[in-house]
Amino acid sequence: MSEKILEVKNLTQQFGSIKAVDGISFDVYKGETLGLVGESGCGKSTTGRSIIRLYDMTDGEIRFKGEDINGKKSKRDLKEFNREMQMIFQDPYASLNPRMTAGEIIEEGFEIHGLYKNRKERKEKIGSLLEVVGLNREHANRYAHEFSGGQRQRIGIARALSLNPSFIIADEPISALDVSIQAQVVNLLKELQRKHGLTYLFIAHDLSMVKYISDRIAVMRRGKILELGTSEEIYQNPIHPYTKSLLSAIPLPDPISESTRVRIPYEHEDTDAEATMHEVFPGHFVYGTDQQIAKWYK
Amino acid sequence: MSETLLEVKDLKINFKTYAGIVQAVRGVNFDLKQGETLAIVGESGSGKSVTSNALMKLIPQPPGIYDQGQILFEGRDLIPLTEKEMTKIRGNEIAMIFQDPMTALNPTMKVGKQIMEVILKHNKKATRDSAKKRAIELLDEVGIPFPEKRFKQYPHEFSGGMRQRVVIAIALAAEPKLLIADEPTTALDVTIQAQIIELMKKIQKNSNTSIIFITHDLGVVANIADRVAVMYAGQIVEYGSVNEIFYNPRHPYTWGLLGSMPDLENSEDELLRTIPGSPPDLTNPPKGDAFAPRNEFAMQIDYEEEPPMFQVSETHFAKTWLLHPDAPQVPIPEAVQKRIDGYLAKDGVKHV
Repeated sequence: MSEKILEVKNLTQQFGSIKAVDGISFDVYKGETLGLVGESGCGKSTTGRSIIRLYDMTDGEIRFKGEDINGKKSKRDLKEFNREMQMIFQDPYASLNPRMTAGEIIEEGFEIHGLYKNRKERKEKIGSLLEVVGLNREHANRYAHEFSGGQRQRIGIARALSLNPSFIIADEPISALDVSIQAQVVNLLKELQRKHGLTYLFIAHDLSMVKYISDRIAVMRRGKILELGTSEEIYQNPIHPYTKSLLSAIPLPDPISESTRVRIPYEHEDTDAEATMHEVFPGHFVYGTDQQIAKWYK
Repeated sequence: MSETLLEVKDLKINFKTYAGIVQAVRGVNFDLKQGETLAIVGESGSGKSVTSNALMKLIPQPPGIYDQGQILFEGRDLIPLTEKEMTKIRGNEIAMIFQDPMTALNPTMKVGKQIMEVILKHNKKATRDSAKKRAIELLDEVGIPFPEKRFKQYPHEFSGGMRQRVVIAIALAAEPKLLIADEPTTALDVTIQAQIIELMKKIQKNSNTSIIFITHDLGVVANIADRVAVMYAGQIVEYGSVNEIFYNPRHPYTWGLLGSMPDLENSEDELLRTIPGSPPDLTNPPKGDAFAPRNEFAMQIDYEEEPPMFQVSETHFAKTWLLHPDAPQVPIPEAVQKRIDGYLAKDGVKHV
């Protein structure tokens, strides 16, 4: 396997008395897509936001390219970190400033990082970014409200790409879009990854899209990662009862099987202090106590 | 065959805006039998929500205009009815469940009282005591634990899924004949979505209610619908039984929708099939077939003349020139067909 680009160790994020993220650990490898799935309130978005330093984490350690992201940093190092790691947000209506044109939105990063100072060069770069995400050069002069939801999300992606990042956190980037537009954006993300060797942390609640785009998947619930493995393993061979329950809830476009399909309800089992991550198969981790794992894996 | 409860004939709805007249619904026809579930599928702006709101006469006028058509509910046209007459039908005969359970409930009123209100309003014989008893029964029916205790709580004390159950309890309070559910599970998590759909199926079985289910999620449609209407640019472009739509789709837009869904079984490095472009502007609908500019199989005639509904089987219709006897034979795209075959093989079915 290739090198680790991100290492998360024992990340805890507490808001008041609520532990939104409760001591999770995982690695992300260069060039892969790690899917982070779970239902609302499970802590998946909080995890993404802690990694990109939108929150100061309560406890734990996050290393990006070997360096502690919360360690003491010079202004220059911090800028470099911000350039390397970018985020795509869920709501393409709320995440674009309505008073700026698409060009100005993309340009903002150049301004901050002092890139493409020559005006002609900058215009050229904005145009080529718009083309990369499937828009036209002429769109640079339009305001956000003149675009459809799918087009707005493309602007969000162009902005994220503008500084040549190596790592992108996509927080539910397609949930707000229509089905046919979702497919367009997912294809675009896949293509960009192939061309630029990007690494993605793809946060979502839609398990079928996550399966499609991810190399590995981490399933979260109540601030903990309950299962982590390759997409194939998670779908073909789920071990944690919560993962099984989630998978059984996805409706498929197959009416005959749907009419007889039985959903598996999930009964929460308290995990005591003994619960840990077990590597059940190489690269396939399940969270629980020894007895639980033995019981689930029968 | 059971009785027809609802018949919509050539419904056209426009909205007057500064930018011009938006033709949101452009001649929609469908019917609904007693105890049946019809799913209306489409993307945002396809006119599915406008159609369903029109059935309740919830289109604000102005800017909305019921331009043409009839909505026959038990044989009676709803369009000419006055607001006062409509009030008797809303809730009583036709009830609606909305997408967002938080905005559908009154945050300052205990949920029990909100259910009682509906019972007392629609049943003149009901007393406060009998209404309260019935409200608690309803909470129990929709699967809310400890109904007596929950009766006295406010909406904010409920989770999203539990709130949607309360909304369903309110919708059922007057025992409507028709339940319109507009994206009732879109705001919910998948496991909760599955529970709510189970609940709606159970209710339908017990009370023989007819359901119109508006959604953009084809998986949910496959699970709940008896029949499906696919909408695009204000029109129904394909209409048939759930099996016909999923196993023998005939309209290229339906192919596109099915192809855009990721396949859980295989497809590692393939890209998803997408529908290029975006839906047309309905202030100025394109001439001919509105889907033509996004249709890879479009022919010359698609840009000139609007296709009629072609009949595929007794129950299956599609609005595309590809079904004209003179049109070239275009098979279902390979990737979509492959997936359908995969599902059928797994279901142990050869032909549908």
